[in-house]
Amino acid sequence: MRVITAVIAIAAGVLILAGYYFSPLKDVQTLLLNWTLIFIGAAALVGVFNILFVHADKIRRREKGSVYSALLIMFLVATLIFGIIVGPEHITMKLVMDAIILPVEAALMGILTVTLLYAAVRLLRRRVNATSVFFLLTAALVVLGSATLPFGDIPVIGTVFRPWVTQVLALGGARGILIGVALGTLMTGLRVLFGADRPYGGN
Amino acid sequence: MSGFGIELGILAVSAFLLLVITFWKRRSPSNLREIPALTRLYRMIGLSVEDGTRLHISLGHGGLLDARGGSALAGLAVLRNIAEKTSVSDRPPVATAGDPSLGLLTQDTLQAGYQAAGAGELYTPATGRVSGLSPFGFAAGAMHITQNENVSANIMIGHFGPEVALLTEASDRENVALIGASDNLTGQSVLYASSQDALIGEELFAAGAYIGAGASHAASLTVQDILRWVIIIGLLAGAFGKFAGVI
Repeated sequence: MRVITAVIAIAAGVLILAGYYFSPLKDVQTLLLNWTLIFIGAAALVGVFNILFVHADKIRRREKGSVYSALLIMFLVATLIFGIIVGPEHITMKLVMDAIILPVEAALMGILTVTLLYAAVRLLRRRVNATSVFFLLTAALVVLGSATLPFGDIPVIGTVFRPWVTQVLALGGARGILIGVALGTLMTGLRVLFGADRPYGGN
Repeated sequence: MSGFGIELGILAVSAFLLLVITFWKRRSPSNLREIPALTRLYRMIGLSVEDGTRLHISLGHGGLLDARGGSALAGLAVLRNIAEKTSVSDRPPVATAGDPSLGLLTQDTLQAGYQAAGAGELYTPATGRVSGLSPFGFAAGAMHITQNENVSANIMIGHFGPEVALLTEASDRENVALIGASDNLTGQSVLYASSQDALIGEELFAAGAYIGAGASHAASLTVQDILRWVIIIGLLAGAFGKFAGVI
């Protein structure tokens, strides 16, 4: 069974990849990608049920924080049922999105600002070396150079230092990192295509 | 030569090198340079089994249909190995994902790890979780695990954006060890500032080789090094050619 799974997965991977280079295989590629999209849609539903079962299990075991699990299940089921009945375009569903989900995510983003500032301060406690000092100093100066101030840009920092750091140093470094990430991604993809890594199960 | 021809050439050469070097590495395993974070990861896997605590492996919210899938697949390879090594622990590892397709693969990979360790009957599907379907939802769900499930180490390998700061903050508050790597530049910066030993750039893809995931992982590192040198030489040649007016 595992061999059959691997053969199907590798064949599908090779066909999709070949579709990018050989036009006669383009239709096969499109067909396989469409099937994938359907599977991913189904997987989203499985994901929702996974959330539901994990939290139901927490409540059953009376684990720490199970009150939050109960709240999550209550609102998840209510939103799901209501959404199925009235449809996602209904004004109430839009209100759920605009008045609850978006503000909560925005609040988390706000917390993130403080968290990042705190992490930056703790960096010096955790790793006191030249790189950390340079990292923090650069971050502070770039923030200062980007800040909207009543008197305009800070001379040198806002007009020379920040553009040079963000458009020359940071861009160059980012490209280097992204090239490394791209090479890593290429190798990971090839390992999956060769069946050396089988994320779909099997040894 | 057209762009497609060059791409196909790079792909063919990379595939050939990977195959040849994998066979070579099987015969003579190589010595890897020390990466402190990955050395610590290896130690943490053993410690979690010994002291009966849990490892939380978070694979981020990268989908499998775009470029972010690479980091997710690298995370799955690490998860597979960790599951195999820690499946007999009193508290088996928990894995979280922020993408439904990745969540399915997480469960499948965990099960495969248990089966490879000969402990297939110990696997419970609830250890592979989709903790949320948006980046912040995912982070909020994963934070909960750090705080409530006797976790000794958080291992984050995959696609994480700035929301990873919420997870690192939860780790710090609960005094839980943290190892993080992301393919996203913002996520990397946050992890650099928040973790003891940061993994930068392609080090994310090296984790498998360091925890003994097989010769193909070690071979990947060698091929990446070869390709990196080819790119460096190409960039320098291009710059020199431009400077000399040849290009």
